[in-house]
Amino acid sequence: MDLDALGACLTTPACVVTQTTSGLIVGMLLFLVAAGVTLIFGVLKIVNFAHGTFYMLGGYVAYTALGVTDSYAIAVLSATLTMALFGVVFERALMSRVYGSNVLMQLLICYAVVLIFDDLVKILWGPEFHAMGMPPAFQVPPLFIAGGVVPPFYAVLIGIAALIAIVLGLGLSMTRLGKTVRAAAINPQMVSALGVNTTLLFAIVFAVGGGLAGLAGALAAPVRSLSPGMGFSILIESFIVTVIGGMGSIAGALVSALLIGMVRGFGTIGFPQFTDGLIYIVMIAILLLRPQGLFGRSS
Amino acid sequence: MKKGRPALRDAAVAAGALIVVLAIPLVHRSPAFEDFIIRLSAMGLLATSLNLLVGNTGMVSFGHGMFYGFGAYAFALTMQLTDLSLPVAAVLAVAVTTFAALCVGAICVRLSTDYFAFITLAFQMLFYSVIISWQSLTGGDQGLRGGITRREIFGFELGSQLHLYQFCAVVAVLGLLALRHISTSPFGQTLRMIRDNESRASFLGIVLWRARLWTFTIAGAFAGLGGVLAALFVSGAYPELADWPNSGQAIFAVMLGGINSFLGPVLGAAILLALNDVVTRFTEYYGLVLGIVILAFALGLRRGVLDFLRMAWPGRSR
Repeated sequence: MDLDALGACLTTPACVVTQTTSGLIVGMLLFLVAAGVTLIFGVLKIVNFAHGTFYMLGGYVAYTALGVTDSYAIAVLSATLTMALFGVVFERALMSRVYGSNVLMQLLICYAVVLIFDDLVKILWGPEFHAMGMPPAFQVPPLFIAGGVVPPFYAVLIGIAALIAIVLGLGLSMTRLGKTVRAAAINPQMVSALGVNTTLLFAIVFAVGGGLAGLAGALAAPVRSLSPGMGFSILIESFIVTVIGGMGSIAGALVSALLIGMVRGFGTIGFPQFTDGLIYIVMIAILLLRPQGLFGRSS
Repeated sequence: MKKGRPALRDAAVAAGALIVVLAIPLVHRSPAFEDFIIRLSAMGLLATSLNLLVGNTGMVSFGHGMFYGFGAYAFALTMQLTDLSLPVAAVLAVAVTTFAALCVGAICVRLSTDYFAFITLAFQMLFYSVIISWQSLTGGDQGLRGGITRREIFGFELGSQLHLYQFCAVVAVLGLLALRHISTSPFGQTLRMIRDNESRASFLGIVLWRARLWTFTIAGAFAGLGGVLAALFVSGAYPELADWPNSGQAIFAVMLGGINSFLGPVLGAAILLALNDVVTRFTEYYGLVLGIVILAFALGLRRGVLDFLRMAWPGRSR
């Protein structure tokens, strides 16, 4: 514990800017993954344990695509689309067979997919860590805000994630598809009886969730290293985000992802050994005060 | 429904199983097999105690491995820091673990299903990060090295593999018998009623949270006992014992073996351990093979092996 360092940081603008930026990076990447988890849970009442795998594969696809095409934009796009497709295949081929059965049976299938793809990644890309490196377009001098260093790529990453949050929020509240998704979250039988093709709707939900996770993986690749186990740690954190925010709530996911990001950003200064523990304590505290999560509806 | 006295029959089955297991080394000594039984006794206790929560009461805990790790660390620390004899240290470790389960349970059991699963997971991860960061006590990510002096107890010389094998087998069978007794007792019946219809149970005057807290505590105690055996086997305590994959393994053992059969989790643990031993001999891609096997079970049988067999040949009781 180093509260002096934390106090010193909070009174220095440069340190506040740097830590806030790194907290925002963590938070925004978490939001992209957790938005998919919470969307899938909201509509299908399925806890997708394979979501971290989507994120990992997104990162690796972007890594390879960048190597082939040399364009980061194409890499990000191909990772997003590949993982959206992967989400649909995963839903159709596996999860749709266990709808309505035991939660643990769904967990078992997800975990099997996690195990299989962790090893497939080892076979295809090797077990070692890969560094994608900053794309050439972003190898420019950093921005200085109040004395704090902000690499331009960070600003772009935060901007993209914020844009996604807005599009997702508006899409769910304004468009016809979004309204159907929200209706299906409340009463899927009724939505189906009203003539909506729920099979297609479920596939779309998985496509959106998978695509967001793939996008997060592609955006994370330049700032984090790629390794076969990278899916699991973000999976646990995105669960924490989902639970804190209230399962099924996109706004809750955004708020709690930013909260976790800030705890990480400033926790590394104040509690360098115990940042992970800090996050679990936050989660336990919030669940005790509001058992349904910050934005969850109490049942 | 059942003829005769089920408690006596269970005891007879346990005694028979114990005699067979203890007789095997007299006929044929195989270090690999004895290792397997030692690990199975620890894992079997963990998985069966988890099933008291999952299968009996309908409480899905993602963090049950916490108490396995807790038992292992409590036992190894007691053995290293004091000169208490081994049985006293083991009882103490289980008692401390039971108390920890009571505290964690008191916070968790009032939450609804999904949130219960995740808060238990959070407690497990919190416990794991405490172990990693409290280096002066736990040795951090290196674990508690330096070994446990395996003192002699009741004529068992635990330094020898044969005696450790016999000790673990006896403890595990007694532990399983106790769990069996709990799950067939009126209390166990009450838990199944809560699982099937909690409103009805509540109307009948059962205090739901109290019954759930009891179950959580009992399950934690037996997981701690499994952890003690695991610490004896590895002669120390390592962060892996408290890490999430153990909770996952226990859940998969329960699911693979059969959630509605008492011995299902033990069978599931045996399948997982055997698969691990066989597959790692041929390939380093253990996860790939295990994943495919799990998929085949989950999509093919749609239930655990023992549940499937009991459905295929009905009429036999468990």
